Amino acid sequence: MNIEQQDFYTQAILSMAALVGLTSFLMLGQGRLLRLIFVFALQGLLLTMTTALAAYSLDSPHLFISALLTLVLKVIFIPWMLRRQVLLMNMHRDIEALKNNTAVMLGGASLMVFSYYVLHPIVQTSSAIMLNALAVSLSVVLLGMLLMISHRQAVAHVVGFMSIENGLFFAAIVATKGMPMVVELGVAFDVLVAAVLFGIFFFHIRTSIDSLDVDRMNRLNEVDQ
Amino acid sequence: MIAAYLVLLIPFIGIVFFAFAGHKQDTGRLNVRFNAITLAATVWLAVNVLNNGTILSSDKAFIIDSFNVYLIVLTAFIGLTTAIFSAPYMEHEKELGKLTERRLKLYYSMYQGFMLAMYLVLTTNNMGVMWVAMEGATLATVLLVSLYRTPESIEAAWKYFILCGVGIAQALFGTILLYYAAVQIGDGDNALLWSVLFENARKLNPEILQIAFVFMLIGYGTKIGLVPLHNWLPDAHSEGPTPMSAVLSGLLLNDALYAVVRSKMLVDGATQGNTAGLLMMGFGMLSFLVAALFLHRQKDIKRLFSYSSIEHMGIMTFAFGMGGPLATFAALLHMTVHSLTKSAIFVSVGHAAQLAGTQNMERIRGLIKTQPQIGWGLLIGTVAIAGFPPFGVFTSEFLVLLATMHSYPWLAPLLLLGIGIAFAGLFRHIQPMVYGEQPEGQLPIKANLWPVMIHLALVLWLGLAIPDFLANWFSQATLLISGSMPL
Repeated sequence: MNIEQQDFYTQAILSMAALVGLTSFLMLGQGRLLRLIFVFALQGLLLTMTTALAAYSLDSPHLFISALLTLVLKVIFIPWMLRRQVLLMNMHRDIEALKNNTAVMLGGASLMVFSYYVLHPIVQTSSAIMLNALAVSLSVVLLGMLLMISHRQAVAHVVGFMSIENGLFFAAIVATKGMPMVVELGVAFDVLVAAVLFGIFFFHIRTSIDSLDVDRMNRLNEVDQ
Repeated sequence: MIAAYLVLLIPFIGIVFFAFAGHKQDTGRLNVRFNAITLAATVWLAVNVLNNGTILSSDKAFIIDSFNVYLIVLTAFIGLTTAIFSAPYMEHEKELGKLTERRLKLYYSMYQGFMLAMYLVLTTNNMGVMWVAMEGATLATVLLVSLYRTPESIEAAWKYFILCGVGIAQALFGTILLYYAAVQIGDGDNALLWSVLFENARKLNPEILQIAFVFMLIGYGTKIGLVPLHNWLPDAHSEGPTPMSAVLSGLLLNDALYAVVRSKMLVDGATQGNTAGLLMMGFGMLSFLVAALFLHRQKDIKRLFSYSSIEHMGIMTFAFGMGGPLATFAALLHMTVHSLTKSAIFVSVGHAAQLAGTQNMERIRGLIKTQPQIGWGLLIGTVAIAGFPPFGVFTSEFLVLLATMHSYPWLAPLLLLGIGIAFAGLFRHIQPMVYGEQPEGQLPIKANLWPVMIHLALVLWLGLAIPDFLANWFSQATLLISGSMPL
């Protein structure tokens, strides 16, 4: 089926999926923390727009609440908190030298292919469009993990963590028009608490190792010293 | 039904109450009382279930059946006994200057928060809410792992937070896929209710459910501590306060396994096969063997027993995966006896570490000479967890072994070998700690070992004879999970 034959909503969702996927790749290759946080906020904004669009087109008003929650949490509160931490730690001028950037990017691309492969059985039950949307969400989740593996700064880890949440949220919106309200509120609450806890943790890590470089946290392991 | 709401309401009041009054003199005792009232409510709930069978609340938000009712009582019971242990323990830690008043407030408030999350995981009928509560349990305990604010504890808590957070995100993806499959057969708002899904399991698309289950197993499996997703577990157990280790090992791991089994029941209904079970068997066996080997090279006493927890969770996952009535019955029993024994061990370990002033096993010596109760408590607990008759762990492990010989005979030697290795791993460390000469200047401390004795007595009782009502619940749960009655 051709993309021009789809209705406006489906086309819009597909473009949004593409853009969300793109932001994930942008984050993956980003060594500057402030820009990383900016791209993350952008991804949140795309999610908000997708949710609002779904709420409008599918006539399900409860999605407007989710859109609002996403806007407040993922576009405003979390980026603001992370930005404050970066400025506080005076890390905004540092550029993290990413090791094996090419390999990481190629790895990211293969993760995307892998997501399509894993979710392919879904085609049986619905359109190829759904496969696209779900596969992009899964790859956002996996790219979030890759981001956490390839970066050393705790701030980047939090961005990766939250972008995993973004991927899940996107899946819930496009595949199932959002989760039941009680679940959605619960997830939003968990994200909020997690964000606050991350803030507290930054403070603790800073006071204990005087840096937010998680590679320095290596006291606990099973390797003989 | 009122009882179920009470079970959730009391810990909630506890969170708010301790957040404001947690630093007062008698907080430890108040915490005990809160848990005692919850236990009473759960017993009331259990009596209701015993008389009337499965309870489904009118809005279908909560379900209490024979599978979760005994876990709820067990949760409340271990919550209470650990609270009894924790009161003087935390007081002692405060005297040592490891804790401030604010942190005690946090500790007691989050103790109740953790209990609330556990009850919610167990009682809810909504797979989505189950996920939320599971994540809530991480969030409640993460600051408790770093309660002492040492660099090690902060590292452990960070690891716990990140690994479990990322892990459990996979379970959410699985839940979304499950919802996606459920929406296709209609009934949007009720589509995540477990009871509805279970009734319609045959209609769900098996391919999608299989993918969903893989994600759920990885997600909740991180919390169970399945190898290779177990890295957070020994760190979080060893660096946090000991009462936390007791409830993490005794309750959190169980409840994560509970979530996996609930998902497995849906997948089995949809696929009419045992693919999900095979996955669980593989992960379970791997965890069991790896953890048994790792027992040998531990230096920290709490790390030792957290690896032992991984080992036992591996056995249970394996047994649930095998899926026959006998194996399922054994796994249910093993969940109970492992929780009781392991929390008793952590209580003794906490006292032993306070007595010796260290968690390093090479410097803990002569426990029986210094304070016989602690030494014997630790020794008998270890004997029980290693699977010696007549304790309950022996019974359940023996049943697992029987079921394995029946269905997968070629795996039985591996199982026996693993149990042997684990036994050796535990005793080579425990023996010099409890026997042997005491170091100079080691003095007895104020200790409350009632929780240990009660737990071990119960485990002994379960090893000799399972009371009728419990056996009945186990059988019904087995029927629910595996489709046929045991024996």
